[in-house]
Amino acid sequence: MCSVCGCNDVGADGHAHVEPTGHHRVHTHRHHHAHTEAGDTEAGDTGSGDGHRHVHGHDHYGTGPAGLTVPGFTQARLIEIEQDILSRNDADAAANRRRLTERGVLALNLMSSPGGGKTTLLVETIEALKGTLAIGVVEGDQETSNDAERIRACAVPAVQINTGRGCHLDAHMVGHALDDLPLAPGGVVFIENVGNLVCPAAFDLGEACKVVILSVTEGEDKPLKYPDMFAAADLMLLGKTDLLPHVDFDPERALGYARRVNPTIAEIRLSARSGEGMAAWLDWILARARKAAKGAVSSVPSHDAPAHA
Amino acid sequence: MHELALARSLIEMVDDYALAHGARRVTRVHVRLGVQSALTRALHVSFRAASRGTRCDGATLDIEVIPLTVHCRLCDGVKTPSGPWNFRCPDCGRATHEIVTGREMQLAAIVLGNDGGAATHPG
Repeated sequence: MCSVCGCNDVGADGHAHVEPTGHHRVHTHRHHHAHTEAGDTEAGDTGSGDGHRHVHGHDHYGTGPAGLTVPGFTQARLIEIEQDILSRNDADAAANRRRLTERGVLALNLMSSPGGGKTTLLVETIEALKGTLAIGVVEGDQETSNDAERIRACAVPAVQINTGRGCHLDAHMVGHALDDLPLAPGGVVFIENVGNLVCPAAFDLGEACKVVILSVTEGEDKPLKYPDMFAAADLMLLGKTDLLPHVDFDPERALGYARRVNPTIAEIRLSARSGEGMAAWLDWILARARKAAKGAVSSVPSHDAPAHA
Repeated sequence: MHELALARSLIEMVDDYALAHGARRVTRVHVRLGVQSALTRALHVSFRAASRGTRCDGATLDIEVIPLTVHCRLCDGVKTPSGPWNFRCPDCGRATHEIVTGREMQLAAIVLGNDGGAATHPG
């Protein structure tokens, strides 16, 4: 049984837990790749071939002319590094992006507050598109596989990622989820991020576009309150517009705020319930899916190993 | 929030460098954080928690906060707006999206301890 969430059905339904400190899928392969013992040598380990970058820097910051360190010797040393803290995630994201691009698959990272309407919109979107193109879904939530079940009820494959205490999906988790989804040229992978307007903005997943959903039941100043998210997004969906008559929400003002932190953000107003604006959203997806399909590498090698094996 | 993930990512990275240099201990970790990351305090707390049992256990975390600067096309220069999320040029008032600094999340340097790790030949 899982010690974090107590569940018993690990992997039974594509339900995967990914948690950096060691939840079901503990990926020891990337943590010092199993040579952490004393006396262990890094010689010659350039880590090529498996899609992981192995950051050691020993080529650049040698320990001395001979590159040798001796037990008991004073070795207080300053090592200048200059590396992005998220470079590991960014490298995983680049691997995901390369893989998706080569397969001609469009990946969209959907983000909103909890209750922003991501899953309902996704269900309606899938119902409208599933006859036209191949769809796969990655669902991110702290707990439960409720959302993946809602998606599977639409007869499309979905992988649930439970982040446990984590507040966002990262590229490594998504890479594993992609292993379990069919990636057909011209298809779309929707990645429904954990409901949160803060953390997911910082983590590139390898998606083609980030889509933020702001529902009209929220404050129109959310773009100013959570600027990172709106600054990172390519498209803002103003959702639940069927409720506009009942709330004090000024769409123009919300758009103005969003443009203040992101002058180039695109906007579509829609309601999954009434269907208003859905055509524009579907067209937006289809245009990008067609473009992605054209970019597919015609012969992806059959031995194409998952980037995160 | 995501500071714990950042702390882990940072520690993993530092651990890799320490390992490559045959060091068992890291005594200082110098990080540059853009003011927009707004994580200074949170990272201190999560760093301490996440470093237990690693080579960074007990290391001092130095955080250098980098202010927001933007490029203003109208003035053709790098400007420092008045707030961390204010993208207006302080001189001409024009909004810009060209951020020069303020978004960094960077490991700048580490200091390795002198407890003498195992003999290691990194090259």
